[in-house]
Amino acid sequence: MSEIGGYSYSKLILEKIPILLLIISVLNEFDFNYLNLKYFSFNFPFILIYYWSLKRSGSLGYGLIFLSGLLNDAVVGLPIGVSALCYLLICGFSAYLRNITLRPNLVKDWFFFGFTILVVNSVMYGTVNLFFNVPIMYASVLVNILFTFLFYVVFSNLFDYYQKIIFGGTNA
Amino acid sequence: MQASSRDDFIIAIRSAFIKKENKQKFSLIALIILTLIILTLGKYNFKTVDYIKIFLREIAYRSSFVVSIPENLIVKIYHSTKEHFFIYDDNRKLRAQLDIQLAKNYKTEYIVAENKRLKSVLDSLEYSSDKILAKVLIDKKSPFLRSIIVNKGSRNNVKLGMAAMDGEYLVGKVVEVSFSTSRILLLSDLNSKIPVDIIPGNIQSILSGTGENDGIIQYTKQQQFIENESKVFTSGAGEIFKAGIPIGEVEKNNDNSNIKINFFSDFSQLRFLKLNSYKKEKN
Repeated sequence: MSEIGGYSYSKLILEKIPILLLIISVLNEFDFNYLNLKYFSFNFPFILIYYWSLKRSGSLGYGLIFLSGLLNDAVVGLPIGVSALCYLLICGFSAYLRNITLRPNLVKDWFFFGFTILVVNSVMYGTVNLFFNVPIMYASVLVNILFTFLFYVVFSNLFDYYQKIIFGGTNA
Repeated sequence: MQASSRDDFIIAIRSAFIKKENKQKFSLIALIILTLIILTLGKYNFKTVDYIKIFLREIAYRSSFVVSIPENLIVKIYHSTKEHFFIYDDNRKLRAQLDIQLAKNYKTEYIVAENKRLKSVLDSLEYSSDKILAKVLIDKKSPFLRSIIVNKGSRNNVKLGMAAMDGEYLVGKVVEVSFSTSRILLLSDLNSKIPVDIIPGNIQSILSGTGENDGIIQYTKQQQFIENESKVFTSGAGEIFKAGIPIGEVEKNNDNSNIKINFFSDFSQLRFLKLNSYKKEKN
């Protein structure tokens, strides 16, 4: 009953898990601030968008990424459009890497991710600081970038595993 | 050779940003341009962008509250477990404090009565306040803002600048009002500046947030007279808040080089707040 032309609803839902994860992560308080760990934070949406745009671009629609950026700005209190711009830039960087890569390699992806988040964060903090006069705690920002970079490997492996189970390891 | 690699780079860039991909409904460059337009219009407070902001806030705050329910439940369990382990020690400390407070209470009652009598003699100003009880919807921590969202907005008569209180302690003020929600800028935020009185010594100063969980004292030449464990209250200067709302306690090292304010209220544990607006009344 749940299959139309050999395509099951459950598979359709599982394919949409990345976008659901993205929307949940921009809306909820996934920041561990109640543990009172000084400075600890990482940007999960950056990892998610970069990975899925790189490995399976159809899983995350640009329109929905744009919308989730706007929602993130509303939740965090940033000027509307800043996060959306960052998310779209990450999509652009990952699409560029996808176009020039013949043989994908985790280490190359990882270092390019490091370069991407440095550029994107510079754009983000430049915009909010110069155009909207929002003061920045540079230490927090740097630690956030560092943890985001480090956690990419962990989440990349988890997403690879998920891809293998759901899509049989084929990249779109 | 060089021209060829430059061509490859341009083709890859064009393909990534300009061409619409197979499974995408929008081209990346179109969305980036749209975002830049929104940002520019937002910078100049364009009306349409304001409406988009209000609409997004209403959706985002409500959805965020729902989405955060499971995590909030885990946090609640974590804190109640932690409290359970320390209950014996807490009880002992609280008993000791209660004895001290009871003794102080009699003195305070006398002082309040005397203060009222003296004010009536001077025909001075009294404050009355409108209190609105609000529930905290979101307390997401960002690298920029230390703020929280509460479930009361303009339809509940919340106004910009209202004081946000956790019990009797000041925690921040209202900086953004939507139809059914509001944003409270916490005292710990970098942008927060509150005129305060430091007692004993009656030293007037400005309390500024640090972006962490404490505050600092600014714009005073009397730093050396500030004692450790002095109490910080609102001064009422600038007529933002009424005078005498407790805020926190001074913690300083011996050489006066570092004076920080530990807030009485734990900003990571805020669940309900009172939003107060103070009006002056003649006695």
